[in-house]
Amino acid sequence: MNSKDLAKKGTLKLLARAGDAVEFAARPAIRRVRKLGFPYRAPTVPKGIVIEPKEDHLGANFETNWARTPVARGFRRAFLAGPVTAAVRVIASPQVYGVDRLADLARLEDPIPVIFCPNHHSHLDTPLMATVIPQPWRNKVVTAAAADYFFNTRAKGTLAALSLNAIPIDREATGRKSAEQIRNLIDTGWSLVIYPEGGRSPDGWGQEWKGGAAYIASRTQTPLIPVFIDGTGSIFGKGAKKLRPGRTRIVFGAPIWPEQDENIRVLGSRLQKAVELLADEVSTDFWDSRLRRKEKATPKLTGPEYNGWRRQWLLSEMRQTGDTGQRRRQKRRWPDIG
Amino acid sequence: MPRPGFVQEVDRSTPPQLFWRGENFSLEKLPADRSRVIYAPEPHDPIKDIDGAIRHALLNPIDSDPLPELLFPGMKLTIAFDDVSLPLPKMTRPDIRQRVIEAVLDLAADAGVDDVHIIAALALHRRMTEDELRHALGDRVYDAFAPRGTLYQHDAEDPDNLAFLGATPEGEEVEINKRAAESDLLIYVNINLVAMDGGWKSTATGLASYRSLRHHHNPQTLLHSNSLMDQHRSELHKSNWRMGKIMRDNGPKIFQIETTLNNDSFPDPFGFLGKREWEWNARDRATFVASSKALNRTPSSIARKIFHSIEAPHQMTSIQAGEVEAVHKITTENVYKQQIVEVQGQTDILTMGIPYICPYNVNSIMNPILVMCTALGYFFNMYRGKPLVREGGVIIMTHPTPWEFNSVHHPSYIDFFEQVLSETTDGVRMHKEYEKKFADDDWYRHLYRTGNAYHGVHPFYMWYWGTHAMHHCGRIIIVGGDVRAVRRLGFTPASTLNDALEIASDVVGRTPTITHMRVPPLMIADVK
Repeated sequence: MNSKDLAKKGTLKLLARAGDAVEFAARPAIRRVRKLGFPYRAPTVPKGIVIEPKEDHLGANFETNWARTPVARGFRRAFLAGPVTAAVRVIASPQVYGVDRLADLARLEDPIPVIFCPNHHSHLDTPLMATVIPQPWRNKVVTAAAADYFFNTRAKGTLAALSLNAIPIDREATGRKSAEQIRNLIDTGWSLVIYPEGGRSPDGWGQEWKGGAAYIASRTQTPLIPVFIDGTGSIFGKGAKKLRPGRTRIVFGAPIWPEQDENIRVLGSRLQKAVELLADEVSTDFWDSRLRRKEKATPKLTGPEYNGWRRQWLLSEMRQTGDTGQRRRQKRRWPDIG
Repeated sequence: MPRPGFVQEVDRSTPPQLFWRGENFSLEKLPADRSRVIYAPEPHDPIKDIDGAIRHALLNPIDSDPLPELLFPGMKLTIAFDDVSLPLPKMTRPDIRQRVIEAVLDLAADAGVDDVHIIAALALHRRMTEDELRHALGDRVYDAFAPRGTLYQHDAEDPDNLAFLGATPEGEEVEINKRAAESDLLIYVNINLVAMDGGWKSTATGLASYRSLRHHHNPQTLLHSNSLMDQHRSELHKSNWRMGKIMRDNGPKIFQIETTLNNDSFPDPFGFLGKREWEWNARDRATFVASSKALNRTPSSIARKIFHSIEAPHQMTSIQAGEVEAVHKITTENVYKQQIVEVQGQTDILTMGIPYICPYNVNSIMNPILVMCTALGYFFNMYRGKPLVREGGVIIMTHPTPWEFNSVHHPSYIDFFEQVLSETTDGVRMHKEYEKKFADDDWYRHLYRTGNAYHGVHPFYMWYWGTHAMHHCGRIIIVGGDVRAVRRLGFTPASTLNDALEIASDVVGRTPTITHMRVPPLMIADVK
């Protein structure tokens, strides 16, 4: 590990310790407030009284329009360009490829909104995307986030909406409200980041892709941008307790336009194949990936059919072949023998 | 709707004209009532769906089967492409060559073609650096083919990798890259920035050896190329077309892909360089003043780096693929559409500002020989019909013409300048007495083959390129150039444009007509 990596590791440790110290200092005060009871705490409900349930403002109903006001946008722009970009660089060292494939769309005088569709391995994917999406879309993009996870409390929802411009979306079935909101946003020029897998990978391999992204693209006639993210699962995958800084690669693919009356499943399948091709391209090279496509041998994101330890074994083997997702290791120092 | 080219008669109310001076520019006032300025047509709108247009061209070629039908498993496929000399300035990524080659490779992979080689068609130009190759082809193509050794640069001095295809009835020998010659299909990916490019010149010159090139790169041929931008009146092109016939009869099957670009040459904030002076707004004027003042105080090496880092926003306006001659006919028409300006009559004095770049000094120094070649070889030849300047007229150009050379890129230029130009400026005598010595020099050959040097004979070719203009004109004057270097070229130095006009009066009288070519952006004067 070189001195730069050591410094980054040291910074993370320092931040963790500072967090612990704040929590330790605040603990007695929280206990004291709890002891005070009503009116310093919420009242208890007498027996026999039924309180009418309030209108649900959480989940898919969470209101996020305020997060797209000029003030919120200004805050987010500074927040993403400053601390988030710095943190992403320290934690994920992103290498971005394929932006040139978006050159034609980027060059348009009046840029059109697009739908970025990356694979999903980690909570890190969203801040990563927020910092690597090219201009002119970077400052006008919303992220579809799971309503049941990110918007189940007011605090989480507010934080997600303010910092990442997240909007709630039902994972299982795209509800009418979610769909309408997304459609309105696209109509007003906002681009979208949506994870067609619907959630993070549980085991490092991808999951079956759902049709939400293709449905939205088809209804709004918006191009889909396939994106392959490699390496975030090893840094902070599902279930990980702590961050393990490493390297990531983000590959953008050529825009996919929905064809007239194209079946949603067919469009979704085109999108998934495009991301699989990007994954193959980044693990081999442009030419090999094309030859394998011809042989119908492009590896699937969902991994091999068989189950059990062999899936994990293959995954670890794949990780060993590249440096993406690997923890930065100390460089071997050879003795100076003159 | 882009406006066509335009000839502005200069009167008292006409603002001063922009003159390039290498890595700087200035405004000069031309005499009223007898001067005119030629402005290039405005950039044509690029194709919106470029990838779609590429695919359409490959699937619907001209006088050829669609590309997928020419591809089959087990075949030898070679893709050759234009080198770093095109386009100028380099275009913003993705370069059009990358887009075309990626589309070709997609089809080749779908057809199960395994044996693919990609060759930079350098002729006797310098080898491209890795950065330049990556810029032209993109990282995806470079990373896939360079490590395998199947992306490389043509070597015109490698006897083991050259194939002799035959000779024309005029005795012109055709010798090209062996891999290309032995391929089942040779695909050439061209960028047609000027009408001189493309056609059989792509393969018969770009992939040829010195043995082959010397038949048309000589003073006799170039003296009778009137002009290089008019294929039907150019001996250079006629020779290439004769060689093309040999290639068609004895060589590989060729699938030519030609593209044209618009002349949108400068990005913001340098957009004013392509605008007409009276249309400069406050921002343009402020940028001009600030940049020209700053450049006056900037060391030339830094100014050069700044200018060579400019990436032009020009984009593709057409693509055609298929049989070489049929494709080139349409390409040339498209180039003319973008660049032709109709001009009535010739002029006594032709003025031109020489910019920082020409095809042979990309990321390098514009040495005095290249200044001559840019002015007399290229700009003088940007005509159709008759030259802009009358026979016996004067050319006045502005450029600092430093006595400075890039020893890595132009080693033989240094010796040419010292040893040959000090003896003669006559192209015919050079050709007879000196060319062979430079062409056969082992050290130059070594530098060409292993380094990033132009071939030993290249400075001669640059000189021959200007021979037609030198014979045509009564005097050539360089304003603001290094006096010693200008005299070594055989030209007349002048400190200011007014001095130059005064000097020119010896040849063309006291009230000559003056025409200023406002290039770049590139244009072709159709002189009636």
